[in-house]
Amino acid sequence: MSPSPARTPFIVRLGQSFDARSWWLVGLFAAFAVIAVPIMHLVLPADHPLHLSTWFITLVGKILCYAIVAVAMDLIWGYGGILSLGHGLFFALGGYGFGMYLMRQIGRDGSYQSDLPDFMVFLDWKELPWFWIGSDSFLWAVLLVLVVPALIAFVFGYFAFRSRIKGVYFSIITQALTYAAMLLFFRNETGFGGNNGFTDFKRILGYPITAPETRVVLFALSALALIGTLLLARYLVGSKFGRVLTAIRDSESRVMFIGYNPLWYKLFVWTLSAMLCAVAGALYVPQVGIINPSEMSVGNSIEIAIWVAVGGRGTLIGPVIGAFLVNLAKSWFTVSFPEYWLFFLGTLFIVATLYLPQGVVGLWARLRAGRRRGEGAAAGTTTAAAAKGAGA
Amino acid sequence: MHKLRLLLGICLLSISCAQAAIDPGLLRPLAADDSDTRIAAILALVEAAPEEAQPVLQAMAGDSLAVAGERVVVLGAGGRVFDAASNRELTPPPAGIETIGINNRVRRELASALAALRLFSAEREVRWQAAQEVNQNVDAKMLPLLDRALAAEKDPKIRARLQLAHAQASLGSTDAAVRLAAVKTLGESSDPRVRQLLLPLTEKQGDTWVEADSAVRAAAGTSIRSIEQRLAWADNLGRAFTGLSLGSILLLAALGLAITYGVMGVINMAHGELLMVGAYSAWAMQSVFRAHLPGALDWYLLAAIPVGFLSAALVGVLMERIVIRHLYGRPLETLLATWGISLFLMQVARTLFGAQNVEVANPSWMAGGIELLPNLMLPWNRIIIVAFSIAVLVAMWAILNLSRLGMFVRAVTQNRPMAGCVGVPTGRVDTLAFGLGAGIAGLGGVALSQIANVGPDMGQGYIVDSFMVVVLGGVGQLAGAVWAALGLGVFTKFLEGWTGAVVAKIVVLVLIIVFIQKRPQGLFALKGRFVES
Repeated sequence: MSPSPARTPFIVRLGQSFDARSWWLVGLFAAFAVIAVPIMHLVLPADHPLHLSTWFITLVGKILCYAIVAVAMDLIWGYGGILSLGHGLFFALGGYGFGMYLMRQIGRDGSYQSDLPDFMVFLDWKELPWFWIGSDSFLWAVLLVLVVPALIAFVFGYFAFRSRIKGVYFSIITQALTYAAMLLFFRNETGFGGNNGFTDFKRILGYPITAPETRVVLFALSALALIGTLLLARYLVGSKFGRVLTAIRDSESRVMFIGYNPLWYKLFVWTLSAMLCAVAGALYVPQVGIINPSEMSVGNSIEIAIWVAVGGRGTLIGPVIGAFLVNLAKSWFTVSFPEYWLFFLGTLFIVATLYLPQGVVGLWARLRAGRRRGEGAAAGTTTAAAAKGAGA
Repeated sequence: MHKLRLLLGICLLSISCAQAAIDPGLLRPLAADDSDTRIAAILALVEAAPEEAQPVLQAMAGDSLAVAGERVVVLGAGGRVFDAASNRELTPPPAGIETIGINNRVRRELASALAALRLFSAEREVRWQAAQEVNQNVDAKMLPLLDRALAAEKDPKIRARLQLAHAQASLGSTDAAVRLAAVKTLGESSDPRVRQLLLPLTEKQGDTWVEADSAVRAAAGTSIRSIEQRLAWADNLGRAFTGLSLGSILLLAALGLAITYGVMGVINMAHGELLMVGAYSAWAMQSVFRAHLPGALDWYLLAAIPVGFLSAALVGVLMERIVIRHLYGRPLETLLATWGISLFLMQVARTLFGAQNVEVANPSWMAGGIELLPNLMLPWNRIIIVAFSIAVLVAMWAILNLSRLGMFVRAVTQNRPMAGCVGVPTGRVDTLAFGLGAGIAGLGGVALSQIANVGPDMGQGYIVDSFMVVVLGGVGQLAGAVWAALGLGVFTKFLEGWTGAVVAKIVVLVLIIVFIQKRPQGLFALKGRFVES
């Protein structure tokens, strides 16, 4: 390998990973989230047809966080071939990390008017446990969100990938890990509020957390985080690293025979994926206003996989579409026909795996290809014959 | 015949009672003015004439003993009056009858005297009750009576209780030698209550020892230690048994999975819901029996076994035919699709039977248990489940190793194309094997219905545990699943002893995860070289 004389700066290469059309779309989306939404929510009167309600902002903001998780899941599953059933854990850890800060921001406004969070007063604790030290600082909270899940993912992944645990085995042990963590967080003694978790947040960085302005800012931040995630993922997937990762997915033994060590590739993408989940969790908690151990339930992590499967694995826009489709359907069903939601979700799992191997994106591509083929057939068989000749 | 003789005996006894007479001099102090004299009189009466004393004392407890002049009389129904000494009716009734009123202290003494008297009853059950009552409230004054009862008693269980009561009574003795002997006897007990009784003897109250004699104190210490040793032993035994029973529950939950995942390699996340199908079958059978065969309600469980097997197997076969067969060789997709099935089945159960747990009652023959030691009781339902899981295991082993279907399943597992080439209908074998695994899950569900809640969400609780058992045991191995289940069960229960249930569970999960890193192939790996897919 000869060293390239003048490497293009990373930021430029990052920018180059989207083509012009994608940049247009992304720009449009960013403008919508950062400019249009605040105007439509804050400026337009409530009876205006274009007014966006708080309900809408919260719902879409929540789904934006889910979309980040879906992209993170797609990186490890769609490109790395590793199905993790532990992403709910990283999401929840991010949420808890940031939730600690939000709990401290309540200050003396809790129902017990104490410096300690309410649940600690309830448990008759006199001082903060050691792992709460520093949790009143916003920067520390951000650090916690980024480092703790990454560290856990790194250690767990290192040992799992080093032992070459893969496929279903890996899925099952990540599931066991998440389940164990859920049991741990359900205990009151663990120091994270037991089964009630954290809730009743009052403010963030001093601003009231339920104010429309705060909501709009959080919404815009989630949208920007999603764009950032997509950009990073696009860059990674297009890079040499991404190629090796895909090769490992398709035939790990062959990649090893060529001379690569899959451990570091898998470990990197796994840790990165966990961090992205944690960021999503941290953005999710202030918008939804609660975090509790049920986020780590077995079902939640599997649901993440179905967003990706419905949207389309191995594409980057697919998981985003999947997260939106499934979660919009969920919020519609649980309001209109709560008893049919599980029927729908169950069927979705089955149909998506049986009939939609490439998800909605793949279906779309197939339909388009079919139409083109139909046009081609109308134009005559000559093209096909010519193509054949060219191929031969 | 036996009953008749008993009846005859009771008749004879009552006749002899009627004829025998009590010395009136013993009866007169019962009507004394102060309580101490009365209590002494009660004890003396019991001492002198245990059999004849009973009706008199009973009358006294029922406030129908009275005095007429110097004579003690019993007031009968309809204004009749009997002489307490001879039990003969007095006609005409004497004048100036005065009922003997009793206070609480006397009443208590009366009750324990009556209990002591029942120690001589002909019926074992009555004596057992009496022995237990005596144990509650015993003092040194009853020692001679207990001596007599001990001499007459043959039943070992009652004897043990009486000996305990005897030693307990002796502890109150003023003679240090008697107390020493009693403490030593009590040391042979393995009853936690005795430990409670002895503990104060080794303690100080203020500055003085509760027990003045140092030899007795030392002996009490030794006795407590030996009791504690025996208690600890029984505790461990009990823990091992609950561990075994938890292990057999895990095994029942995981055995079906050992076929579908272990042998066929299908990840079935709906396995927990197959357990649920089995459990609901037990509930359905209970309802059917309750409605149509109330007389045989106790035996609904036997009917539930085939029904549970068949309904779960049917669900399994449908699952395999409709979904799973299209996903062979794509384990991750199978995982997701079967998760979908599990959500679907859960909602079906919720729609059909309601979101609440349904109530499945243990049949009466599963109630109670065997009391091995005073603090170690093995409940019947646990014993039956252990036995049932062994039976299911044996049946499954036989099917896999002795039947034609089992041979086919093994052949397809080892080499699918070759099995197909020699004429094994691989597609049908897959369906049947999956049905078998599902049916065994159904049997597990029937068993679980007896000890756990039956509801739409019940399956979710077992899915992680079941997979842990199979993964820990090693894929493709029945023996592995058995050892893993029992080991996990016993280990978890012992761990629970010092960490509590939730932490024990977390520790076990983490240990399994660590273990899998070291030995990805599980405890028992198939020998030989395999090409990694």
